[in-house]
Order: sequence, then C-alpha cells, then structure tokens
Amino acid sequence: MHNFITYYLGTGFLGSFVSSVIPIVFVLSYALVAMYLELKISAHMQDRLGPMRTGKWHGWAQPLADVLKLLQKEDTIPTAADKLLYILAPLLVFVGSYAAYAAIPFSPAYIGADINVGIFYVIAVSAIVVIGILMGAWASDNKWSLLGGMRTAAQLVSYEIPSSLAVVAVIMVAGSLNLNDVCAAQTGWFWNWFVFGKFPFLFVTFVIYFIASLAETNRTPFDIPEAESELVAGYHTEYSGMRFAFFYLAEYANMFTVAAVASVLFFGGWNSPFGTFMSGAVWGAFWLIGKGMVLVLVQMWLRWTLPRFRVDQLMYLSWKVLTPFALADLVAVGLWTVLR
Amino acid sequence: MNAAARYFTNLGKGFWTVLIGMRVTMRHLFTPAVTIQYPDEKMAISDRGRYRLYVNMDDCIGCNQCGMACPVDCIAIETAKSLPTENLGVTSTGQKKRLWVTKFDIDFGKCCYCGLCVPPCPTECIYMTKVFEFSEYDRKNLIYSFITLNPDEVEEKVSQAKEAEREAAAKKAAAAAAQAAQKPASTAVAAERTPKTQQPAESEPKAAGSQPEISPSTGENPNEASLKKDPSQEEKPS
Amino acid sequence: MAELHTEEMVLNMGPQHPSTHGVLRIELVVDGEVVVDAIPHIGYLHRCFEKHAEALNYQQVVPYCDRMDYVASMNNDHAYVLAVEKLLNIRVPERVEYIRVIMAELQRIVSHLVAIGTYGLDIGTFTPFLYCFRDRETVLDLFERTCGARLLYNYMWPGGLSHDIPGDFVERTKIFIEQFPKTIKEINELLSYNEIFVKRTANVGVLSADTAINYAASGPVLRGSGVKWDLRKNDPYSIYSQFDFDVVVGKGEVGTLGDCWDRYMVRVREMEQSLRIIGQAIDRIPEGDVQAAIPKRIRPPVGEALVRTEAPRGELGYYIVSDGSQNPFRVKGRAPSFVHISMLPEISRGYLIADMIAIIGSIDIVLGDSDR
Repeated sequence: MHNFITYYLGTGFLGSFVSSVIPIVFVLSYALVAMYLELKISAHMQDRLGPMRTGKWHGWAQPLADVLKLLQKEDTIPTAADKLLYILAPLLVFVGSYAAYAAIPFSPAYIGADINVGIFYVIAVSAIVVIGILMGAWASDNKWSLLGGMRTAAQLVSYEIPSSLAVVAVIMVAGSLNLNDVCAAQTGWFWNWFVFGKFPFLFVTFVIYFIASLAETNRTPFDIPEAESELVAGYHTEYSGMRFAFFYLAEYANMFTVAAVASVLFFGGWNSPFGTFMSGAVWGAFWLIGKGMVLVLVQMWLRWTLPRFRVDQLMYLSWKVLTPFALADLVAVGLWTVLR
Repeated sequence: MNAAARYFTNLGKGFWTVLIGMRVTMRHLFTPAVTIQYPDEKMAISDRGRYRLYVNMDDCIGCNQCGMACPVDCIAIETAKSLPTENLGVTSTGQKKRLWVTKFDIDFGKCCYCGLCVPPCPTECIYMTKVFEFSEYDRKNLIYSFITLNPDEVEEKVSQAKEAEREAAAKKAAAAAAQAAQKPASTAVAAERTPKTQQPAESEPKAAGSQPEISPSTGENPNEASLKKDPSQEEKPS
Repeated sequence: MAELHTEEMVLNMGPQHPSTHGVLRIELVVDGEVVVDAIPHIGYLHRCFEKHAEALNYQQVVPYCDRMDYVASMNNDHAYVLAVEKLLNIRVPERVEYIRVIMAELQRIVSHLVAIGTYGLDIGTFTPFLYCFRDRETVLDLFERTCGARLLYNYMWPGGLSHDIPGDFVERTKIFIEQFPKTIKEINELLSYNEIFVKRTANVGVLSADTAINYAASGPVLRGSGVKWDLRKNDPYSIYSQFDFDVVVGKGEVGTLGDCWDRYMVRVREMEQSLRIIGQAIDRIPEGDVQAAIPKRIRPPVGEALVRTEAPRGELGYYIVSDGSQNPFRVKGRAPSFVHISMLPEISRGYLIADMIAIIGSIDIVLGDSDR
C-alpha cells in the first residue's frame, strides 16, 4: 500500500483529489512554521529577540500576520507590463515547486504518485520554475528585473547539472529511480544510510548535492537574484501583495523539496535511524519531515552566516568546481558499485 | 601544477572558513539576546543625559543668556519691565526678579540638544532632562511655551510696561524741554535723544523669520503635565 | 564575422540606494557588466556648515562640527578645538589632553565598527553588522555617561571639555578593553577571512600607492595601499607622541596590494591599535580641572590657524581665519571623504557593477563629511 488515500478512496477523482491536496496543507503549514523559524533563528544568531508581540507568546503569529497583510494589499500591475505573462509567472513558479511534492515519499504509506521515474520527475518538474522566473522578469517591463531574471535563469540552469549528476550517483547505488525503492534500500540502523556508504564518495556526493540545490533555491550565498540589494530587487521587483506571496511561498516550498529529496537520497527517507524501533507508517512521516526540517535549518544557518557570491564567481563554482567534482565522484561511485 | 595546487587550496580554504563561520553563528544562537523589549522595558539613561530641556520659571530672570548661547536660535524670549510697585519675588539663588517673562518658547524641532544653553544661566533654571519620548504628529506642537503667565496677564504686563515707558519718556522729554527753555545752548540734543533706555520689552526674539503664529492658546501645551513635572534629581552640568 | 556593436549604458546608482553610505549619486557608464566610468555627484547633504560658522561664535560652532562626520563626532571636535586653541595660543591642562585622546580613540573604534558592519551588509552578510553594533552600544554608553549624548557630543570645547569623566569611567573602559578583542576575533572568523568575502574584495578596486598619494588620499585608504603614513606619528598633535602603537599598513596578503580587502583589514587592525592606546592612557590620566583653561569669551587675535588630525576616515583638517571678533571670519573643514570620492572613477574602471559596491564600502565615506 503505497498511498493509503487511494487505497481507501479509490483511484478515481475523489481519491486523486484528496491525495493531491494533502501536500498543499502540509506545504502551507510548513511555510508558516519555516517563516517563523527563520525570523527567530536569525534573531537569536544575531543576539536579538525577533518577533515577540504578535500572538502574545514570542510572536508566533507573525507569519500569519504577514500573510494576512500580503493578502489585503492592492494588486498593482504596471501599465506597460505584459498582462498575461505577468499574472502567469507566479503561478508557474509555484506550480513548478509544488508539483515535485507528488513524488516525495512522506511515509511508507503515503506517496502522492508511486511512479517508477520518481526522482527524474522531480528534477524535470522543478525546471518549470525557471520558465516562471523568466516570464516574471520579462513581463515586468523593467530593465533591472530583466537583468536579474536572466541571471537567475543562468544560475538555476547551471546548477542543475551538478545536482543531477549527484542524484545519478545515488541512483546507481540504489538501482532504481523510484524514491520509495531508494528509501527501502536504506532500512536498518543509521549506518545503512547512503550518506555513510561507499565512504567517502557518497558523502562528497551529498555535499555537492546540497550546495547545488542551495543554489537552486536562491538562498544565500547564492541569492544574487533576490537580494540584488546592490541595484534593485531582482525578478520580483514589480510584484506586490498576493503575487509576491506566491513567489515567497514557492521559495519555501522549494527549500523543503530539496531538503526532502536530500533526506530520501542520503539520509534514509522515512526510515527510522534506530532500525525497527519507532518505525512504521506514521513514524515514517515523522522521520521524513524531521530530517527535511533539519536540512532546512542548515540552509537557514548558512543564510545568516555567509556573504553572497558575485555572479561570475557563482558560475565559476558551478562549472569549474561542482561539475568536475560531480563527474569524478560519479566515476568513483560507479567503479565501486561495479567492482563491489 | 601551481594552478592545480592553488585551485585545491582555495577550495579547501573555502570550506574551512565557511565551517568556522558557521561555528560562530551557532555559538551565538545560544547566547542570550542583548536587546530589550522597548517600550515595555526601557534602558536606563545616565543622569547626564542630554535630552529635552526644562525651564524652571520661578528662577528665570529673563536675561536671555541661554537664547544668545543657542547655536540654532531655538529659544525665543520676550520680557516686560516690571513696575517699581510690583514684587516678582526672589530666585532660589537670591536674585531679585525685575522682568516679567512674557514669552519663553523653545522650539524642540530646532533644538540640537547640544546643551550650550545650560552653563550660561545665572540661576541654573534651564537644564536638560532625561525625557526623550515626546514625538508629536504636528510640528507646531513641538514649540513648548514655558511662561507661567496666562495670555491676559501677558497682555497686561506688556501694555503696562509700554505705559510706564511712555510716561518715563514723556517725563524725560518734559524735563529736557524745561532744561532747554533754561539753557537754550544745549538744545535739540536732549529732546532728540531717543529713549536709549528702552527696556527689552521688545527684546530681539532670537528665533528669526519663522516665528510661528502662536496663538496664546498654545500655552496649553499638550505636554503641560510633563512640563509641570520636574523630573527630580536633575544633574545640572558643572 | 561582423563585430557586435555594443552600446554603453548609463546607469544611475541614485541618491537612494540600499547599500547606502549616505546620499551619493553615482553615474555609472557600463559596457555590459563592466564599468567604464563612474561619475560621482555629491552635495545632497550639503548643510552650509562653513557659512553658518561665520555667523556663530567659536563656542557655538562646535555642535556644527559634530555634525560633519556624524559617525566620528569626537574626532571632528578634536580637530576644531585644537585649531581654536592654536589661534588663542592657550595650553590646556594635561588631564584634558589625556581624556581627549581616550575619547578620540574610542570614537575611532566605534567608527570602524560601523564601517566594518556596513561593509558586511553590502557584501551580503547580515550578522557581523549586528555584532558590531552590539559592541558599539558599550562605548556609546560610556559616552552618554560622560557627556550626555550618544552620537553628537559637543564634548570638546575650546580650552577644555564640557564635563569631567564620571567616577566609574575608568573601570568601565577597562572592562571594555578586556572584552573587545573577543569581538575582533569573531569578526575575523566570521567575515574577514571568510573565503567568499575574500573573493569578493581581493583584487578589487586596486589603488596603487602612487595614485593614492597623487589624489591626496589619507587614513586607511592610503595605508591600505602600503604607504606608512599616520598623522599621529608623522605629525603628532595633542599627546600622541607619548603612546606606543603601530601604524597598520596593508600588505597585499590575499590579493594585490591596495585592494578592498587591504583597506578593510587596516581598519580591523587599527581597532586593535586604538585599544592599545586607550589601555596605556587610561592608567595615566593625571588629576586636574578640565574647565580651567576655558576662556570666558573667545576673541582670538587676528590671524589664522591650520590643524590636521587623523580622523577614522582620513586626514581631517580645520583652517580658521580670525578677524579679531567673536565670530570666526572663515572656517574651512578639509574633509577626507570629499577627497576619497574624487578617486572613485580611477579605481573602479574595469570592474563589474557588483564590485562598485565593494569599492564604495571600502573607502568608507560618510556623506556628512564630504558635503559638510
């Protein structure tokens, strides 16, 4: 039973609909929690307190207040903007980020779509985000947005290469593109996880994947597109209110996707680190979400520590550092797997 | 070979410094915050804190030393000479007050909080307090009026001072005319001598052109309560 | 193959921009991403300081001097009162000299903290900025306990000081001296030697020693190019000759000599040297009356005086002409930031737009200083 919803409700419209809405519920609540954590963790790292007032207890309602504020903002569309593309862009970005949730195995009993090409699908669908960003940049009819958008597109496309190469290395070891099978290959105690396997090559693979996917999500130190505070605010300059909220939500959704994929590929997915203790359908969900959150926290930690790269240094990192290492690593892992 | 070595050392250094930086921020995650929750808690301000000015009108003798010392001309003082029959009292330093202070406005929008007005005051009646939360929505409300006379009294004092002056001038003119009648030699000089002894009834208001139309009703300063309240233990600067 | 015709584009880094060091407008002429020319336009913060000074008496000019370089207010006051005292030909008690030096060096530390923190912000890290400001609070607290203000002090008066230091000043300063090196170490770990930061600032905005001298650069900008010139040692004023400290000079450790990293690192290391000076001075403050030499009325004889001091931004000078009356005839402030902005086109040709931010941040201008 790979998807308890379709098991009980059938694979017709009802079952599929409910099954595809559950990740949305998760993403929305996760986004609120992640926003709050970001505010609080950044504050404490900087020796200050962060939100303390909204919601009386340590400002827990701050993200909620932010969302409500964004909802009631005036919806402005620049007069010279390409209306259709302008409206479509945030939707496309969000759809691209969200569609990846279909193939992530939240638990042994729940995976949106148990397809045989799981990870391939995730990577392919995440690329839709690039189209959305370019659309947004172009449709804003703003010189800076266009420049920012083109840089983002270049960044996203370049970093997909090392990221995919890293994924391929893991797939070679697991023997299947299906993410459920990848999880299943890591059962047992935590030393069975792929990150400790074929030491040190799969660990290097994890580092490459993590850095590349950090660039995919536009987080510092790769946040040239957003914190283009040097000149303007990048591709989402002209967006306000709910449209901006979509971009923002998509960024957080992306963060978790990337973290969840990394957990599945390297950290055992829904397996418990203690073997059969604390394992099962519900525990599985807990473990996957927990591991994903830990990686999300690491992403936030990096954001508040590191300065940002300049565009050419970013490209250098991708093409001249990550890609050669990923290729070399792929060869090493492949040889090890074959020669056993 | 050199390029390859540089490539790898750069990479290694990159990773290592990133990890060290992460250690710093992680350590700070667990140190207590150094900020406080304003306005629920406030930081203690030192006794010498140079914030809003306060004038104790009981001690003010209207000398305008503070107005002259101010580099931005934010103090506007007008006085009226008191009649010999009136008793204005004595300041706490023992000086007898002779002038009615009919206008004492400090424009806190202009004040630069330098504290130069404090040392010249002979009676130490103007000093800086620790009050710093006095923002206003309307800029006119930042002009504080410190006089203790109400508008009718102000009018009365000003007019009676003018009266007294006119009488004095008239008497002088009469005396001079009488003298002139006796001594035709020293003629017009005495009569023409303009009353140089004109008291600062219209003393030069230091605040130049931008004198706002302060209708006497701004005597009711919204901060009246805090004005009256003399924040105790004021450390008057040496 | 026909040559691609590329046009140069004129960008405006307008008076309001996020990595602001004040209101500065830079007209960038770019060819693609490469900067071909950078033309600074200043004057947005011009407040007619020199004109005002002609209508005020010598004592009243001091608050206006504060507001020139508002980040390093004590150093401005110091330079001005030294010039007035030179005109009046009076000697201040030694206690006054010691306290002035301590305040000037504390102010140097504070100003460099701002420069370092905001430079981190420009490059993209938010955290060092907050650490710098946290330490700044301790020093501002010291200043508030002494003279009552946190940013614009009006503390040094011609002939003396406005207040004597309070009783606990020496203790608190010693506590600060003890805990501050930890912050410097943290900043070094988090920012200075971070490879990403190094890559952003090394080999960027290279200013050779000759160019620097030709442009009359001074302070950390000059020393970052390897020129060992510090007015506190080369042309000592006040009692600086009595203290033992090093002049920090850039050495081109991680890139070319005279790049942004060198200038930045000179500032970090200067903070350590300032700490040394304060440590030496704080133990030796002689007794005395800080207001003994303040003249009742300042009416200098006809003449002129020029004094130059080492402010955190560079060489700050005041040239005062007196005509014998209570108001100065002319007060000219020689601002280091004004001179450094004029160097911008020279050192930013050939770099990318993103490097412009690094370059502007590294020369550490304050527009109040350059526009007056």
